[in-house]
Amino acid sequence: MTWLPEASAHAMRIDLLLAGLVVISLAVLGLVFGLMLLNILRFRAGRTTAIARAIAAHKSWRFEIVWTAVTLAIFFALFLWATQLYVVGFRPPAGAIQVYVTGKQWMWKVQYPGGQREINALHVPAGRPVQLLLTSEDVIHDFSIPVLRIKHDVLPGRYQSLWFTADRTGSFRFYCTQFCGLAHSRMTGTLTILSAADYAGWLNSTPASGSLAATGEALFIRSGCSGCHASSRYAPDAADTSRAPSMVGLYGSRVVLADGRAVVADAAFLHDSIVDAPRRPGASFATEMPSFRGVLSEDELAALVAYLQTLSPTLPPSAGN
Amino acid sequence: MSGTLDPTAPQRSYLWQDGTLRSWLLTRDHKRIALLYLGSITAFFALGSVGAALVRLQLLEPGGTILSDATYNRMFTMHGVVMVWLFLVPSIPVTLGNFLVPLMLGARDLAFPRLNLLSWYLFVASGLLVVYGLFRGGLETGWTFYTPLSSEYTEGRVLPVVLGVFLNGFSSIATGVNFIVSIHQLRAPGMGWYRLPLMLWALYATSVIFVLATPVLGITLLLLAFEHLFRVGVFDPSLGGDPLLFQQLFWFYSHPAVYIMILPGMGVVSEIVSTFCHKPVFGYRFVAWSSVSIAAIGFVVWGHHMFVAGTSLYSAIVFSMFSFFVSVPSAIKVFNWLGTMHGGSIRLDAPMLYAMGFIGLFTVGGLTGLFLASLAADVHLTQTYFVVAHFHYIMVGGMVSAYFGGLHYWWPKITGRMYPETWGRLAAGLIFFGFNLTFLPQFILGFEGMPRRYATYPAQFQVLNVLSSAGAGILAVAYALPLVYFTWSLFRGARAPDNPWRATGLEWRTASPPPVENFAETPVVTTYAYDYAELDGRAGPPGTAVGGPHV
Amino acid sequence: MSDGSALDHHSPYETPLHRDETAIAGMWLFLASEALLFGGLFLICLIYSHTRAGGWAEGVRHTNLAIGAANTLILITSSAVYTMAVEAGKRGDNRRVVRAGFGAAALGLTFLALKGGEWGQEFRENLFPGPHFALHGPDAGGAQLFYSFYFLATFLHGMHMVVGIGLILWICRKARHRAFSAAWNTPVDIVGLYWSFVDLVWMLLFPLLYLIGRA
Ligand code: HEA
Ligand code: HEA
Ligand code: CUA
Ligand SMILES: [Cu+2]
Repeated sequence: MTWLPEASAHAMRIDLLLAGLVVISLAVLGLVFGLMLLNILRFRAGRTTAIARAIAAHKSWRFEIVWTAVTLAIFFALFLWATQLYVVGFRPPAGAIQVYVTGKQWMWKVQYPGGQREINALHVPAGRPVQLLLTSEDVIHDFSIPVLRIKHDVLPGRYQSLWFTADRTGSFRFYCTQFCGLAHSRMTGTLTILSAADYAGWLNSTPASGSLAATGEALFIRSGCSGCHASSRYAPDAADTSRAPSMVGLYGSRVVLADGRAVVADAAFLHDSIVDAPRRPGASFATEMPSFRGVLSEDELAALVAYLQTLSPTLPPSAGN
Repeated sequence: MSGTLDPTAPQRSYLWQDGTLRSWLLTRDHKRIALLYLGSITAFFALGSVGAALVRLQLLEPGGTILSDATYNRMFTMHGVVMVWLFLVPSIPVTLGNFLVPLMLGARDLAFPRLNLLSWYLFVASGLLVVYGLFRGGLETGWTFYTPLSSEYTEGRVLPVVLGVFLNGFSSIATGVNFIVSIHQLRAPGMGWYRLPLMLWALYATSVIFVLATPVLGITLLLLAFEHLFRVGVFDPSLGGDPLLFQQLFWFYSHPAVYIMILPGMGVVSEIVSTFCHKPVFGYRFVAWSSVSIAAIGFVVWGHHMFVAGTSLYSAIVFSMFSFFVSVPSAIKVFNWLGTMHGGSIRLDAPMLYAMGFIGLFTVGGLTGLFLASLAADVHLTQTYFVVAHFHYIMVGGMVSAYFGGLHYWWPKITGRMYPETWGRLAAGLIFFGFNLTFLPQFILGFEGMPRRYATYPAQFQVLNVLSSAGAGILAVAYALPLVYFTWSLFRGARAPDNPWRATGLEWRTASPPPVENFAETPVVTTYAYDYAELDGRAGPPGTAVGGPHV
Repeated sequence: MSDGSALDHHSPYETPLHRDETAIAGMWLFLASEALLFGGLFLICLIYSHTRAGGWAEGVRHTNLAIGAANTLILITSSAVYTMAVEAGKRGDNRRVVRAGFGAAALGLTFLALKGGEWGQEFRENLFPGPHFALHGPDAGGAQLFYSFYFLATFLHGMHMVVGIGLILWICRKARHRAFSAAWNTPVDIVGLYWSFVDLVWMLLFPLLYLIGRA
C-alpha cells in the first residue's frame, strides 16, 4: 500500500487542509482523553476526602463562555479555509479542454472534442485545465478521481461540471462513487495523465469519426434545429430571431429567464435547454420548441453542444481540435 | 395521586404481577412495554449484525468471492435499514425511555398507556413488513433509497420496505407524542423544569424531532411508493421529475434523525457520569439547553449530505456553516462531562466505562464530522469509507456504547438482579478495542479513496480491510458477552438493592424491580436533580434501601 | 379514553380534569405532526407550480372547479355543524350531539361521494398519469406531474376524511348511550380538533389544485 499521490496543485491544497484538520483533531482528542485520564488518576473514589461540593452552577459560567468561544473561533476559521477551496470548483477557466463524460449502468463513455471516444478511460494532458461535462443516461452516478481530490455526482438529464489542472503524469484510477445498482463497484476506469506532446500524439493516433462539432452540425440540420434557430455566423439571416433565439453568440452570453434569473449560457445551459426549452420573458417566437428528451441520445447532445460553442466568435472554440 | 392504594399492603413487582402471555401482550404498563421493545430490538440488532458480518466477510477478499454482487448489495442495504430504523432510532427511547420516563417523573405511567402499546404493535408490524421485503426478493438501494434507482431501476421489493419504514414512523411519532405530553403533564409535585434529570431533557428534544421530522419522511416515502407503483414522475427526471428533490426531502428527515440517534445517548451518559462521580453535572443548564439547541439547529443542516450532488454553491456554503454551528452544543456537552469528572469521587464500574467509551468515541466521530462539514475536504471524502467510519464512530462507538452503558446502569432496577461486574468491565473493554480495530482503518481507506458500497475493490486496499474484518470478529464476541451474562443474571444474579449506585433520580427511590404502580406514594421533589448532599444525608452507606416498600 | 369520569387506579392522572387536558395536549401535538406530513406535500406542490408553471396550469384547468367549490362549501358547513355538537357536548346535551354529529358525518360522506364521482370522471378522461395520459403537447409532462400530486393529495386527504367520519360516528354511538355530561365531554372536543384540521387541509388544497394558474 502506498500513500495516495497528489496529481495537482489543488490536491496539495486539500491535503494541507486535511492535515490541518487532523492536527486540530489530535489536539482535541489529546485534551479529552488526557483530562479523562488525569481526572481518573486524581479523583478515584476513596482518594478524595471531602465531598462538600456546593452548587457549582454559578462558577461554571466563565468556563462555559471560554470553551464555547474558543470552539466557535476554531470552527469559523476551518469553515473559511475549506469554503475558499471549494468555491474554485465552480469557476472553470475559459480556455479549458472540454471532455464529455456520460455515465451509464455500469460504464463510463468519454468523448473528446476531436471526435475520439473511449470507455472507462480518460486521457488528459498535464499542465492544461480540463473541464469534464458529466451526465448520465439512467440513474445517478458519481465521477471520483482520488488523486485529484475531486468528485461530482452525475445526474441523468443534466450537465454537471468538474475541472482540474493535472501536474504530474501517470496512470491513476477513477471510480463511480454513487451507488448505482448491481455492478456499481465495477464502474471504474483509468485516468492517464500525459505530457502535452504525448497527449497530442495520443489524439492523433486514436481513430475519430469527424470532430464532435462537425457531428453536431450535421445533427443540427438533421434534427430540424436549423429550421427555426439562426446558426450561420456570417449569413444575412444571422440575426433572424422571429421563430426562435439565434444560436450565434449564445454560448457564453447572459440569458434572462422567465423567473427573472440571469444565467450564463454555458454547456450545461445549452444541454438542458435542448432537453427542455427554457421559458424566456415576453418571448414572442412564432414557434414553440418541443422537448428533445429521449429523442436525442446523450452522445448526440454532447455533439450538439460542442457545435453550438463554435458559434460564439468571442470565445475560442474548445481547444483540442 | 388519588389514594386508591393501600400503602401498607406489600406490592408485587411489575414482572411477576401476572405471568400469562396474554397479560404481557395486552399490557399497558410502560415497564412491560419497554421489555417487549427490548426483546424486539435485540432481535433486530442481531439481524442487522448478521448483515454486517456478511459485509465484513465479503470484504476480506478484493475479488468478492463469498457473495455475489447482488447479494452484497442486498446485505448492506438490509444492514443499514434494519440498524437505523429497527434498532438505533428506537433503541434508547423505546426501551430505557419507556421504562424510565414515568419513574423519573414520579408518575404512574406515560400519559397515553394504550397509545404506547399501539406503538409497539406498529413497530412490530413495520419490522415484519421490512423483513418480508428484505428477504422475499431483497432490496439493493442502500438505506437512502435514492431515486431514480429506487423508483425505476431496481428489481427489489421497494414497496414493502418503504411502507414498513413509513409505518415505523408512526410508531416513532406515537412515542414522541407520549413523551412530550408526559413530561409536560405528569411531573411529580415540586419537579420544575430545571429539576428534571438530564436524561429527560434529552428525551424531550428527541421527541420533538420524532414528531416534527418523521412526517416529512413519511410523505417522501409515500411519493416514492406512488412513483414506483404507477410510474409517474415526481423524482425521476426521464418522467419530468427532479431527483434532487428526493434527496432534499430524505435528508430533511434523516439529518435530524441522526440526532435522534445520539441525543438519548447523551442523556444516558449525563446520568451515568454524574452518578459515578457522585457529583452534580457541571453546567446543568448548559447541558440541558444544548440538547434543545442540537435538536433545533439540526433541522437546518440537511444539505451537508449533498455537497457534490449538484446543488447551488450558495446553499452548500450555508449548510456547511450551520453544520459547524450544530457542533458547538456537542462540544459544550463533552467539556461539561469532563468538568463533572473534575473533583468528583470517581468509580469505574461497567456503566462508567461505557460512558467514557462514549465520550471518547463520540468525540472522534464528531471531529471527523467536521472534516465532512468542511466543504473542500468533503468533496474528497464523501461517499468513501471515511464517511462509513464517521457515522459508525458516532452511532456504534457512541450510541451503542451509551445504550449498553444504560442497560448495565439500570439493569438492577429493571430486573431486580445484579450482573457480574467483572464480566461487565471486560465486555466494555473488549467492545472499545474491537470497535477501534474495526473502524480506525476505515478512515485511512476513505482517504485513500476506497468508495463505500463496493462489493469488490482494488487489491491495494486489502490489508486495511482485513484488519477491519478482524476487528468485527472481536466485536461480535464482545457484543455476545452481555447477552450471555445478562441472561445468566436474570436467574442467578444477586438480588439488587433499591439504589445500588447511590444515585439521585426518583427511579432509585422505589423498589427494584418497581411495583406495578411505580411508587407506593407519590414522591415529592424538594431539591434540584443530582443533589448528592441531600442523598447522603438521607441515606446511609451504599447498599441500604432508600424509601419505598420491598418486594 | 375510558368512559365516564372515574379514573381506574393504574391511570397516570391526578384528576379527570388532568386527564382531559393531557388528552387535548396530545391531540394538538399529533396534529402538528400531521401538519408537517401535508406540509411536505404542499411545499413540493408550490415548487413545481413554479418551476413547471405551464404544465401545472394546464393540469389545473382540467380539474372540475364546480365540484371542487361545492366540496369546499360542504366541508366548511360540516365543520360548522360539528361545532354545534361540541357546544351541545359542553352542556351535556347528548341528543344534540348525536344529531349534529350525524349531520357532520353525512356532509362528510357527501364530500367523499362527490370526490369519488370526480375521480371516476377523471379516470374516464384518462387524466390519471401513465402511458395513456390524455393531455399532449409540450406541457404534458408538467400536467402529468400535477395529476400525480392531485391524486396523491386527494387520496391522502380522503383517507383522513374516512378516519374523521369514523371518529364522529364513534362519538355519536357514545352519545346515544348518554356517555357525555357537562363535566366530561373531552372526546367530543378532540374529534372536533381533528375534524377542523381535515377541513383546514382541504382549504389549502383547494386553491393549490383548482385555482392557481387557472386564469
Ligand atoms: C448519530 C448519528 C450522527 C451524528 C450525531 C452526526 C454528527 C455530525 N455529522 Fe454526521 N453522519 C451520520 C451520522 C451522524 N452524524 C450518518 C449516518 C451519515 C452518512 C449518511 C449516509 O450517507 O449514509 C453522516 C454523514 C455526515 C456528513 C455527510 C458526509 C457525506 O456524505 O459527504 C456530514 C457533512 O457535513 C456530517 C457532519 C456531521 C457533523 C458536523 C456532526 C456534528 O453534530 C458532530 C459534533 C461533535 C463534535 C464536533 C465532537 C465534540 C466536540 C468537541 C470535543 C469540541 C472541540 C472541537 C474543536 C475545538 C475542533 N455527517
Ligand atoms: C445504526 C447502526 C449501525 C450499527 C450498530 C452498525 C454496526 C456495524 N456496521 Fe454498519 N452501517 C450502518 C449502520 C450501523 N452499522 C449504516 C446506516 C450503513 C450504511 C448502509 C448503506 O450504505 O446504505 C452501514 C454500513 C456499513 C458498512 C459499509 C458497507 C458498504 O458501504 O459497502 C460496513 C463495512 O464494514 C459496516 C460494518 C459494520 C460493523 C462491522 C458493525 C458492527 O458494529 C456490528 C457488530 C456485529 C458483528 C460483527 C456480527 C455479530 C455476529 C452475529 C450476531 C452472529 C454471527 C453471524 C454469522 C457468523 C453470519 N456497516
Ligand atoms: Cu455508477 Cu455507481
Ligand atoms: Cu447530516
